[in-house]
Order: sequence, then C-alpha cells, then structure tokens
Amino acid sequence: MATSHHTSNRANADKRFRWTLARRKVVWAYIFLAIPIIFFAYIRIYPALFAFQMSLHDYNPLAAEQPYVGLENYEKLIDELNKRKSPTKAAFQNTANYLLLGVPIQLCLALMISLMLNEIRFMSTFYRIMFFLPFVTSTIAIAWVFRMLYQPRFGLINVMLQLVSLPQQPFLNNPKQALPSVLSLVIWQGMGFAVIIFLAGLKQIPRTYYEAAEVDGASRWHTFRFITLPLLNPTIVFLLVLQTISFLRMFAPVLAMTEQGRGGPLDSTTTVVLRVYREAFTSFNMGYASSLTVVLFAFILIITIIQLRVTARRIN
Amino acid sequence: MESITPSNLFREHSDSRAVGSGRGEWKYRAFSYLVLTVCALTMVVPFIWMLSTSFKPEKEILRRNFFPNQATVDNYSEVITETDLPLWYKNSFIVAVFSTISVAFFDSLAGYVFAKYQFPGKRPIFIIFLTSLMVPTEMLIIPWFIMSSNPPIGGTWVDTYWGIAFPGVITASGIFLMRQFMQGVPDELLDAGRIDGVSEFGLYWRVAVPLSLPAIGALCIFNFLGNWNAFIWPLIATSKSEMFTLPVGIQLFSSEAQTPWNLIMTGASLSVVPLLIVVIIFQRYIIEGIALTGLKG
Repeated sequence: MATSHHTSNRANADKRFRWTLARRKVVWAYIFLAIPIIFFAYIRIYPALFAFQMSLHDYNPLAAEQPYVGLENYEKLIDELNKRKSPTKAAFQNTANYLLLGVPIQLCLALMISLMLNEIRFMSTFYRIMFFLPFVTSTIAIAWVFRMLYQPRFGLINVMLQLVSLPQQPFLNNPKQALPSVLSLVIWQGMGFAVIIFLAGLKQIPRTYYEAAEVDGASRWHTFRFITLPLLNPTIVFLLVLQTISFLRMFAPVLAMTEQGRGGPLDSTTTVVLRVYREAFTSFNMGYASSLTVVLFAFILIITIIQLRVTARRIN
Repeated sequence: MESITPSNLFREHSDSRAVGSGRGEWKYRAFSYLVLTVCALTMVVPFIWMLSTSFKPEKEILRRNFFPNQATVDNYSEVITETDLPLWYKNSFIVAVFSTISVAFFDSLAGYVFAKYQFPGKRPIFIIFLTSLMVPTEMLIIPWFIMSSNPPIGGTWVDTYWGIAFPGVITASGIFLMRQFMQGVPDELLDAGRIDGVSEFGLYWRVAVPLSLPAIGALCIFNFLGNWNAFIWPLIATSKSEMFTLPVGIQLFSSEAQTPWNLIMTGASLSVVPLLIVVIIFQRYIIEGIALTGLKG
C-alpha cells in the first residue's frame, strides 16, 4: 500500500536523520571540548600527580639528580612536628589558630551585619558597596596599608591610642600580637564576601514564615533562632567550608605584613603555604615542599567530603 | 524549586525584609544604623589613609596628622617616572584581559556543551573538571614552575605573559557557572536553528551566547578582578621587574633597607583606586557574580 510504504520510508529517513544528527553532535561536543580537556589534563591533573610524585623525591631543581626517597619527606615532616619548636610546627599551629579564630569571628560578624543590612532600605546599597570594597581589593596592596596602620609612633592605630591616652602597642613587632594583627586584616578583607553570600541566603527564605511568626507574636530572637538560623543552615555550611579552605591557603597577607616576608617575629605568623613557598623557592627543597602541599590537599579533601556528606544528608 | 538566577536572587524588594517592618521598632533600626555605620567606617578608613598618605610629602610621613598639611603629587610623579610601575600596570592589564577573553570563550563553550549535548563520557569528564577545583593552586605552583622552566613549546615560560596567564585561561568554576546558565537556553530554539542549517558553532555563537550575556558578563568582571589581584603564581612566574604584575611589584617595592611608605601607598592607590571606581560602577553585576559562583578569582 502506498500510504504505509510512504510512512515507513519517512520513519526510516527520520531515524537516519536522528542517528546522524546524534553522531554529529557527539563529534562536535568533542571538538568543542578538545582544548578544555587538554588544558585540564595538562595544567591541572598532571601537575597534581606530579606534586605527589615530587613529594617522594629529594627534588632540588638545581641539583643534577632528583633521587627517589620514598616517604622520607613525610617522615621529616612528622619529625619537625614532633620537635618542641620548628618553623613547620609553627606553620601548622598558626594556620590552625588563624582558622579556629578567624572563621567563627568572620562568620558571626558577617551574619550580624547581613541581618541588619537585610532589614534596612535607606542607604542599603551604599552600605553594601562599603562592605564589599575590601574584598575586591588586591590583598597585597591593602596588606601594606594595614602594615603601615600598625606601625609604632606614626601608624594610625597607635596615633589613635595615644589620642585616648592608651599605651602604644607593638602589634606586628610582638610575637603575641602579630598573629591577631594579621588575622584582623584577613577578617576585614573577607567580611564583604560572607555578607554578600548571607544576604543571598536570607533572600531565599520565604516571607510567609516571618508573617506566621509575626502573627504568633514571636520575639525577634525566637524568629532568628527558629526560622532564620535553621533555614540559613545551607548558606552557613557553604561559607564555613569556603572560609576554612581560604584560611588554610593563607599566604599573601603574611608575606606582605612581616619583616622580609618571613612570617615573623619568631615564626609567630608563618603559615603552611608560606612554609611551602620558602622551602620550595628560597631553599629549593621542592620535594619536602610538595609533601607539605599534599598534606594541605588532604585537609581540603577531608573538608570537602564532610561538606558533601552534610549536604547529602540534608537532601535525604 | 525556583532556580537561582541573578534576577530572582537580587530582586530589589526582598521577601525576608518583612521582620519588624510593621512594628515600628525604631530603636532596633537606629541601633542597626549605628552598628552598620561604625563597621562601614572601619571598611573605608584604611582606603582613605592610603590615599591621604600618597599625597603627603616625604617629611610628613612620620608625623601624626591624618591628612597632609601640604598635599603634593610628587609621590605620583616619582612612582610613575622612577619605578617600573607603568610597566606593571601594563602587564597586569594584558594578563587580565587575555585571561578574561579566553575564559569568556572557553568556559562558555564548554558550559554550553555540558548543558546541551549528550555524548559518551560526558559525566566522567564533567566530574574530572569539577574535581580539579579541590586541588589548591598552592599544590600546583611547584610543578607549574618546573614545567615553565622546561616547557613542551618555546624556550621558557618564565617572564612571559603566557607564563603568568596560563593557569587561568580556562576555569572549572566558570564552566560550572556557564553550564547552569546555558541549561536555560531553549532546545526548540537550537533545533529550529539546526533545521535552518545553522552550524553547531553558529548555534553556540548566535543563539547560546547572546542568551547568556548576563552570566558571561558577570564571569568576565570577576575573572578580571581575580587576575588583576592574583599574587602567588605571578610572584613565582616572574623574575624580572619589567615582567612583574602590580601586586608582585608592590610586594617587592621595599627591597631596600628603608620602607618607602609614601611610595608604597602611592603604588597601592594607583593599583586599587581605578579598580574601585570600576567596581562601584558595576557593583550590581559583581555582587551577583560573587553570590552566584561563590568564588574568588
């Protein structure tokens, strides 16, 4: 029959058209992805594996040979950590201090500011700009500004202390005060980012919850405790992870704010990444430096996995 | 669930702004403004101090006045004529523009492929791209340094623009962002284009890109910012002052025994202020971009 013959022909042609189209699309997908695939393989994945491999070698780029030493670099790392005092131990301790002080302080301040910003209308854009300006500023440039603010005698903070008749403080020159001084800059600079993310999170909370709370006569604190805080939980987890990772990677502020970028005085401000930098590019112990970066990577991996677990549990 | 797009994420009239609005809690409001003003001042004072110091003559640096008694632009002329700062400016600009153009093109193209094509190996490739986000730059700088000293093409990548820029010419976060956005491009439009004989690249270039311009714009702006402020890799990838980027140059300003505070503050002002002006003009898009991707640089 003419009609059925016609239909099957069309179906065949249709099928063939679809098949060739699908195949053509596969080919094009790979053509479009070719450069990104090469990029990620060569610039991201291969160097990451290379870093692992380097950590198993006594890798000095100036030496003639890079002998395989097994886990010696890691053993050296454990030795250093077991010593009563060593730059590497100080680096890990300081990084933990930066993180454990910095993340909670930064998030609490940012949450407070964003709750307030979320409720005002007059000048709210102005305040937002003020808070996120530091975030888009070069860390190095602004760290030098802070270094000057902390100077004895002519630094703005000591000038102001003198104005209100308080004793002068050494800040960056004192092993006890240097870490909080550097930390203040990092908190100051990263605050705007947390505020922006919190504000975005707050906007996702449906208004109806607040209306219900208002009808029930809930106090401001109860509204915050039982509506805002639980519903903001995903945002808090997200920021917690991101800020923790950024504190683990801290480097530029310490380099800019300490004498000759050594993380002093007396290793009181040095960080893991600063150790990596100094070991790799001033002492050329690239094998040992790589083992430090592998440990850093392990920490970041653990934090990311915890985050994925927590997020997955919430979805279930 | 409503998808996250800039338009609903940043709607001017927030849904959650209702708390207390009807109750006239003026005390709380006044307290908010007080706290916010104090915090905002803390945010701005370092910038003003930086600017004010950059206009002070050298002999006023160690004095205690906040503003210069005799304002001068000597620091600026000294920095521009006697240091490599103009070159650092040029280098930062070239690297940032080059990376941004490359990121805008490749990230949006890859994002488009992941959003709109079905092909074997799609999931593993996407997962590998995303996993690379977990590897910190700090882990890669040492291998990159070795690779740059002995690259497959060219004599050395150290002290070249490509050598500074190559780690950032394609970004996983950008690909992820663009994939989210390109999923909103209607399939019917693409199929209609195919029937009209538009090439696959033409579909990307003339359909997908125009529909995703807001996202590409946000990606460009904060990718530019990230590259402009990038520090650890440019520090390692450059050894000659002529090739420094601005942050590297400012960091290595005070190599002499004394710290030339007025010159450092001038350099810092010159590197920060033009950018701040741009940021204030585009603040809406930048805030959107940061909130969308949650990533810096």
